[in-house]
Amino acid sequence: MQKLLTWIDERFPLTALWESQWGKYIAPKNFNFWYYFGSLAAFTLVIQIVTGIFLTMNYKPDATKAFESIEYIMRDVSWGWLIRYMHSTGASMFFVVVYLHMFRGLLYGSYRKPRELTWIFGCFVYLCLMAEAFFGYLLPWGQMSYWGAQVIVNLFSTVPIIGEDLGVWIRGDYTISDITLNRFFAFHVIAVPLVLLGLVVAHLMALHETGSNNPDGVETKKQPKDPATGLPPDGIYSHPYYTVKDIVGVIAFLAVFSAIMFFVPDMGGYFLESNNFIPADPLKTPEHIAPVWYFTPYYAMLRAVPSFLGSQFWGVLVMAAAVLIFFALPWLDRSPVKSIRYRGGLYKGWLAAFVVSFLILGYLGVVPITVWGQFPDSWPVLGSADRATVVARLLTVVYFLFFLLMPWYTARDKTKPVPERVTG
Amino acid sequence: MMLARTLAALGALCLAAIAGPALASGGADIRMEPAPINRLSLESQQRGARTFVNYCLSCHSARYMRYNRLVDLGLTETQIRENLMFPTDKVGATMMVAMQPADGKAWFGVPPPDLTVEARVRGDEWLFNYLLAFYKDETTPSGWNNLVFPNVAMPHVLGELSGANRLVEAQFKDHEEAQAAALAGKGIVVLEPGKDHTWVVKTLAAETPGTLTQAQYREMAADLVNFLSYMAEPNKNKRVSLGLVVLLYLCVLFGCAYWMKREYWKDVH
Repeated sequence: MQKLLTWIDERFPLTALWESQWGKYIAPKNFNFWYYFGSLAAFTLVIQIVTGIFLTMNYKPDATKAFESIEYIMRDVSWGWLIRYMHSTGASMFFVVVYLHMFRGLLYGSYRKPRELTWIFGCFVYLCLMAEAFFGYLLPWGQMSYWGAQVIVNLFSTVPIIGEDLGVWIRGDYTISDITLNRFFAFHVIAVPLVLLGLVVAHLMALHETGSNNPDGVETKKQPKDPATGLPPDGIYSHPYYTVKDIVGVIAFLAVFSAIMFFVPDMGGYFLESNNFIPADPLKTPEHIAPVWYFTPYYAMLRAVPSFLGSQFWGVLVMAAAVLIFFALPWLDRSPVKSIRYRGGLYKGWLAAFVVSFLILGYLGVVPITVWGQFPDSWPVLGSADRATVVARLLTVVYFLFFLLMPWYTARDKTKPVPERVTG
Repeated sequence: MMLARTLAALGALCLAAIAGPALASGGADIRMEPAPINRLSLESQQRGARTFVNYCLSCHSARYMRYNRLVDLGLTETQIRENLMFPTDKVGATMMVAMQPADGKAWFGVPPPDLTVEARVRGDEWLFNYLLAFYKDETTPSGWNNLVFPNVAMPHVLGELSGANRLVEAQFKDHEEAQAAALAGKGIVVLEPGKDHTWVVKTLAAETPGTLTQAQYREMAADLVNFLSYMAEPNKNKRVSLGLVVLLYLCVLFGCAYWMKREYWKDVH
């Protein structure tokens, strides 16, 4: 065995790769609960790729056969139902895990210098994930697939001047059709996953170059190393310590995942929408079109922005800005500390406001805008406006202020001194 | 301070927005009856399958459902062949209908939808209530209407068995009175805005009896929905029972992994 390894290492840096990326990678010893979600995201990616391969073996990207082939997978393919539910549950769980992973970054300032590139690669991963989810959602060719895609492609049609042509270019047709289905299939199963995998590798390599952040925001890599062990006082080897710890996380995650997949695979219509069990019908618009839950905060923003100069494009711009603004985070934060443990009330307050806005916007994106009714006619300014729209507008403003005011409130915040060593 | 004030103002506005959504509900409110379905009862599903092939399958297809799949319900292929297969003699065939969609459209206004996964679209409760909610209505082409699905194109195919209901409407000027009446009403109740700012409470009353008693018809409807629910996801029972085993296994595995982690981490602490 050792001989084989030597033979390989003389020709390919196998041991060196393993050691630099995981085996001898030194990580801070104080990772807490929030640090499980990185490995869980990687794990979910593997689930999606493996189940995706098996689904592709039986799925037919053809407008006349797609819906049928999904039912074929659910009924006639051995264990097809399980593979399909793993993939559909995995899609939603991927977003759950990634949102929590990103929130971890906000809590402990993981995007701060020197980890800007790790953060940026991560933002690109998030964009890819959204594209992947969007393309994949068309494939079952149900009513929600069809009309959801219609709505999203129409967003691009709101771009001034070139909008119409852009829409036709994306669809390859004047409406969502078999041609659109085929190209979305190509994007979903090869183009986007390829980019996604490359980005994940870049994300991890950048992380392992700078070393991981931790809940204290202490740079453990800069601590003087113990000459006997070669380790900084607060560092441990990822392997075996975080290997065994992440295995515990993966099993706990699998338990949650399985509970959903086996007992409530459609999650009350949030993971698999009931309208999507009706085959796509280009002539029949569903009464209520809502995207899957992970897009709804942005969808709520889109609906909240009023049309201006006869164009809906502003809503699209706001929605795009809401996603892209994450890229700027490393340069918006001027706090002398990274972790929320040593930040003052200003950052804590704004982060709380941001999270609450994101969650309520997510809820508002699921329901019709009439959900809370209208303000009484007698009210000045707000009279007879939809309550939900007004709230969504306010929360959209809060969402953006969290970012735009960050240079100001982080510089002004009363921070606590950061210790030399990690605390827990 | 400024942040606190901003948050407080925002919170107040959110509260103002949520307060009084009850006044705002513009559409109809419906109260349905729970569907008395036991997904583990194969007898109920077998009876439902018989009702389905006898009454539904003349117009509605189940194009993804194979006849021989009914062995799930404890039937043999011979039993399926002799009792449940009319349009085909191939036991591996799916449940298709002879009726062309174009004919369906001409006769009913819309082609009758395929029912394979209808239970996943509508839900068991809705289907059960829909089967109970037909009433006589001379203004519609079929002579029937439905409290759960207003102006539905489908005639009440099971009408001979169930007997006929008539619609009972009560008008109220006051929303609260209407709500009280709706809560007091029996069976399926619809509360919707009427003309001139009034509220209408709609319920059903039996008019002419059918060949079955009401209790028998309800059981028949429940069996049929039980079958539709099975057909929409034939692996459902297997999924749930397998899920229990998987979770049990993961619990044991979690215990082992957690113990292993603790042993290793003794070096760190």
